[in-house]
Amino acid sequence: MSETSVAKKARPLSPHLQVYRLPLPAVSSITHRFTGIALTVGTLVLTWWLVAAASGPDDFDTAQHVLGSPIGLLCLLGWTWAFGYHLLKGIQHLIWDTGTGITNASAQRSSALVFGGSFVLTAIVWIAAFAL
Amino acid sequence: MASTSDNGFRTRLGRVRGLGSAKSGGAHWLAYRMVAVLLVPLTVWFLYSIVRLAKAEHADAIAWLHQPVNAVLLLITLIATFHHAAAGMREVYEDYIHGKLARLIAIGLTNGAAILLAAASVFAVLKIAFGA
Repeated sequence: MSETSVAKKARPLSPHLQVYRLPLPAVSSITHRFTGIALTVGTLVLTWWLVAAASGPDDFDTAQHVLGSPIGLLCLLGWTWAFGYHLLKGIQHLIWDTGTGITNASAQRSSALVFGGSFVLTAIVWIAAFAL
Repeated sequence: MASTSDNGFRTRLGRVRGLGSAKSGGAHWLAYRMVAVLLVPLTVWFLYSIVRLAKAEHADAIAWLHQPVNAVLLLITLIATFHHAAAGMREVYEDYIHGKLARLIAIGLTNGAAILLAAASVFAVLKIAFGA
């Protein structure tokens, strides 16, 4: 009887999303995916902006007006953060590809650094954009 | 490494069977990483430029792209970005879409969209760069 309960305790956890409390590196990993998808959608806006610039002042002013509207600015803020995050997380992955930093403690630290850094980067970009 | 049955009588095919895929996965993996490394400095440069163009009039954006350095760097950034976006989205599809045909269609449509957007944005940059 007691043997079964000990055996039950020692069972490994399957990383199933509904029963597994996600550790920080796992949250960080799925965020990398989400930001990548969001940035892919953002390439549509980038292309639109460039095409508008190429087609003349009127179209470019329209694009600048839409991007400068409250919803436009909110999207740009989101994309700035997504970019900063994806950049830092991507650098972490490139470092991991060399076999460096792949321990639980190190992944925990660097994942926290990626999250923190992404907010710092976003703040720097937006302060610079409004100050310059 | 060499097993006892590997005595020279086995064909080359027999020796490599079961050791893994012999398709282009390795090259794809490496290209994805190399483009990612390239994108680190390019996207930081792009973000810096965009911040400086935040309140740009049409003439400012055109003048910026009239600089050959900016046009060339932006062209490389665009091509690398669409390559990276298509490769990243493909990885997402391969993980989450289990039907073979559905996966193939998703990858194909994304690659097609990436080529279309890359061509449109590159054309827009060239039009401005070569324009009066």
